[in-house]
Amino acid sequence: MNVESEHFSVTGGDFARAGAISIRVKKALSNLGLPRCVIRKVAVVVFEAEANIISYATEGEINYIISDDHIEIHIDDRGQGIPDLSMALREGYSTADEVVRGMGFGAGMGLPNMRRYSDEFQIESKVDQGTSIRSIIYLHGGENE
Amino acid sequence: MKLVSVVKELGLKTHCGANLSDEVTGGYVGDLLSDVMAGATEDQIWITRQVHPNIIAVAALKELAAIVTVAEPEAETVVKAEAEGVALFSTDSSAFEVSGRLFKLLEP
Amino acid sequence: MKLSEIGALLQAEVVIGCQDDLEIKTAFAVDLMSDALAYAKPGCILLTGLITPQTVRTAYALDLAAIMVCRGKVAPDDAVKVAEELDIPMMRTSYIMFEACGRLYQAGMVGCIEAVNRCER
Repeated sequence: MNVESEHFSVTGGDFARAGAISIRVKKALSNLGLPRCVIRKVAVVVFEAEANIISYATEGEINYIISDDHIEIHIDDRGQGIPDLSMALREGYSTADEVVRGMGFGAGMGLPNMRRYSDEFQIESKVDQGTSIRSIIYLHGGENE
Repeated sequence: MKLVSVVKELGLKTHCGANLSDEVTGGYVGDLLSDVMAGATEDQIWITRQVHPNIIAVAALKELAAIVTVAEPEAETVVKAEAEGVALFSTDSSAFEVSGRLFKLLEP
Repeated sequence: MKLSEIGALLQAEVVIGCQDDLEIKTAFAVDLMSDALAYAKPGCILLTGLITPQTVRTAYALDLAAIMVCRGKVAPDDAVKVAEELDIPMMRTSYIMFEACGRLYQAGMVGCIEAVNRCER
């Protein structure tokens, strides 16, 4: 069984680096020869994860593990957490402040996008503790975008 | 149409002239990064008012043909564009105008 | 161009209708309202992908003629309510903003600004 994995740390408020991890992951997966449609999905999930940690949390980690037939992305952060998960998963719902919105983040599409581009998606959150997300993207025969 | 021709026809100002011989297949207008991440496709030109460095990551991830900002990009954005090889231009026209003109250029 | 013509050109669905078929001369496309505040002209149609109560209040503050929501986005109830209260016509098109701008531009619609005079800012 082929397993490739990487681990990244993200600091809350570090807007200057938003997207840096996504780019690294994309390059790594391209080098491994993963299908382009898979890489596109991973890019969205990881980008939104980065943006969320930076916009809302104190700090967090993004890890991915590639198995024979799927890639698993783990996103864990410490911070304010999400008080209303069902609202947060709704398109257009956002708790972003003006600064965040002004940059084009916080449009309320982050979590919905992550869920849409995952083949399996789980999210848990505790207020004043943080959020954990598990996204699985199949390498073959998953849903097309 | 090749990027170099689009740049010339639209009178764009060049901040990072990468991939100029690449073919441009369409356009995407928007300022919400999630929308671009979800909706844009490769080889499109992204027209936006966002000028901060995060636009470079988005363009690189989506393999967009280029970014055209409707205001002067930040210095750090240009640095990032060069580092990532993302084509970056700007225009004095509004997003509506430059989109309209690009749309016309790309029509068969 | 009449509002109804714009709707037809973009195969748009009416979200909030208008008594009169307004004549609209200019268009402005933006997702962020701070730019709209700086540049959009009264009487223009606002093309946007971000539809919130703030968008609608901005349109009202600037006397914009109408809002065209792009990318097939469904306006949330609170935004629709504000637009109804403020009497601002709203339509929705499935076209992405680029396509919507392109089609209107080709049909002769002009933008609010020809060029931004940097010295004035």
